[in-house]
Amino acid sequence: MDDRLAAAWARLPDYLSQHVALSASALTLGLIISLPLAVMAHRHSLVRWPVMTLASLIQTIPSLALLALFYPILLALSAAAEPFGVTFSALGFLPSLLALTLYSILPILRNTIVGLASVDADVREAALGVGMTDRQILTRIELPLAAPVIMAGIRTAAVWVIGIATLSTPVGQTSLGNYIFTGLQTENWVFVLFGCASAATLALTVDQLLGLIEGGVAKREQRRIIIGIIGLALIVLASLAPGLVPKRASYSIGAKSFTEQYVLAYLIRDRLAKNDLVGRRRAGLGSSVVFRALAANEIDVYVDYSGTIWSTQMRRSDQPGRAVVLREMEDWLREEHGILTLGSLGFENAYALAMRRDHAQSLGIRTVSDLARASPGLTIGGDFEFFGRPEWNALEDAYGFSFEDRREYQSTFMYRAVADGAVDVISAFSSDGRIAANDLVVLEDDRQAIPPYDAVLLISPARANDAAFVGALRPLVRAIPVEVMRDASLMVDRDNDKRSVREAAAFLAHEIGLEQRR
Amino acid sequence: MTTSSPAIAFQAVRKSFDSGRTFAVDSISLEIAVGEFLAIIGGSGSGKTTTLRMINRLLDPDQGTILIEGVTASELSPHDLRRRMGYVIQGVGLFPHLTIAENIAATPTLLGWTRDEIDARVAELLDLVGLAPAEFINRMPGTLSGGQRQRVGIARAIAARPHIVLMDEPFGALDPITRDSLTRSYRELHDRLGLTTVMITHDVQEAILMADRLAIMKDGRLLAIGTAKQLAARDDRDGVGDLLDMPRRQARRVQERLSDDAHG
Repeated sequence: MDDRLAAAWARLPDYLSQHVALSASALTLGLIISLPLAVMAHRHSLVRWPVMTLASLIQTIPSLALLALFYPILLALSAAAEPFGVTFSALGFLPSLLALTLYSILPILRNTIVGLASVDADVREAALGVGMTDRQILTRIELPLAAPVIMAGIRTAAVWVIGIATLSTPVGQTSLGNYIFTGLQTENWVFVLFGCASAATLALTVDQLLGLIEGGVAKREQRRIIIGIIGLALIVLASLAPGLVPKRASYSIGAKSFTEQYVLAYLIRDRLAKNDLVGRRRAGLGSSVVFRALAANEIDVYVDYSGTIWSTQMRRSDQPGRAVVLREMEDWLREEHGILTLGSLGFENAYALAMRRDHAQSLGIRTVSDLARASPGLTIGGDFEFFGRPEWNALEDAYGFSFEDRREYQSTFMYRAVADGAVDVISAFSSDGRIAANDLVVLEDDRQAIPPYDAVLLISPARANDAAFVGALRPLVRAIPVEVMRDASLMVDRDNDKRSVREAAAFLAHEIGLEQRR
Repeated sequence: MTTSSPAIAFQAVRKSFDSGRTFAVDSISLEIAVGEFLAIIGGSGSGKTTTLRMINRLLDPDQGTILIEGVTASELSPHDLRRRMGYVIQGVGLFPHLTIAENIAATPTLLGWTRDEIDARVAELLDLVGLAPAEFINRMPGTLSGGQRQRVGIARAIAARPHIVLMDEPFGALDPITRDSLTRSYRELHDRLGLTTVMITHDVQEAILMADRLAIMKDGRLLAIGTAKQLAARDDRDGVGDLLDMPRRQARRVQERLSDDAHG
């Protein structure tokens, strides 16, 4: 079997069980909320309009945005609740659960209201006439008659929830989406396909089982209902099984959503394992999500870049030089957030503007100032973050670009785009192996608009004094040359002789001489 | 409750659906004796359905009192009251997800009868309304003809042995032949079981053929009440005599057409 396929299968129990647990919880919570709400809306027409409008409104929010919104909201709530002794994690399960629950409400709510309203007026009159109370009419007449329509709503909700649950990866919840997000970043198409196929299979299976129950309810066949319920129960029980295995106290390792970060997270995990510590990776997090998560002790360690902290968190735009940036950043992190800067890893990964070498030469572009002069005829491509970041503002202020057009890409496709000539220049990362692989040149920042980007190992406030943990990671400080980092990333990103992230991390550990140490 | 009390009594009952600007039922007083069959006749908007629905408290009067077997209706719980009365409507309203037997057993089930009592009663009732128990017990309402459905509706209404049965255009949706046979068998049932029946109809002939007395309603008021003979003999300021004479006029026209055809 293909290595990547084997790796995908190995992760399936973990991903699938967390995906099922999340979807099942969201659907259950959605049912608990929507059914009484629908009954209320059915009885009181004044409630119906606002309830339906609100549910429809929620549906119009893009799923990824809804998931992302819950993180800062929960973080604020968590901080507000802390003085009262209530603590909860704003990362992972909770924001995903809430967002998916909101999504499951509309189809269940709408179908239940429609189902209840479609009960024949004569039937309702007769039910009153034989002496049923409102409650008896609801439970004996209206709900049984509306059941097939309600079940159809539950089916729709289930398929939606299982699909959208794949988007919970960026807020730190493990799901089948991990295959897709990791695969997309590392150009591991086997992973992407595997993630899609497994999510689709799960959705279809659950849909069929619910369909069986729906048919059973409509045709009053108990056998179908029982088979459907047993099938669903087996899926949920199986998803709980991995959770029953007792886990040792573990450290949470954060990673942003690009290859270098995936490799470093694996490297950190291996370091911890060598010191008999358990590390769990939470990869694919958004840039500011991961920082806030560290400050809030949601994760224990991750690698960030001095320039990112400098401009995005500290909101500084001056350029006092590499050493000063590092020192001031360290002080600021400690004083403002209690975060420990263990040290820089030894390489820089700066935002840099890069062009295809032949293209740059033919246009006579060597520096960013050259680029600015030629910009009216050129198109620039950036990753999803770039044009919203202070670095871009600093570049624009310093050079005054007037590009003809600008486009945003997921970083994998951004490199493809510049190689294909779809864009002329991109926001590359200086330690990215794909710069060399695609024969790109990095343009010199001749006015020094972009700050230095030393990769730094950051430790959460809660773990700053954890000697075993900090000790295990200290050998990584100043140990990684940029060439080695670039090679390790490229092993994962390249099209030929592609390696897994785990292999790249092992290569990295070997190259920097950490393999033999214990 | 005393034996001399009427089954149902209306005392100056008024009901408005627009906060008193107009009255759907306006100052109605009448008494219906135990064992009597009363038909209420009137056009649409005359207030006949509102009158009927106040008897089993599907509606409550704004003013006046309704007595059921000597007891003020508003002092009884609506559900208990409805379980003590039969209610038959034009659309029947069988519960489509329940079998015929379960439909008929609706009120006895609510009253907590035992399984055996219910089974015996359902068979008895199907016999009573002319449907073979063995054939119908487990069928679903959707598989029945219109006439069969209303027979089941009647069986459901009298299942818990009520003294009073209320009917709102019960035979209005049936074809003439089914209608004729069902009206006759219901009147028989009424007499055999000693029921008190209040039936709404817009069909004067049906009212004359089935009921002991007729109540004529117009614009929420009780225009006249009496036996068909009494009403037909009245001096006809208000059109009541004319209304009662209608079936006879129609029969005469039918006769004429038939003899015209014979000569033509």
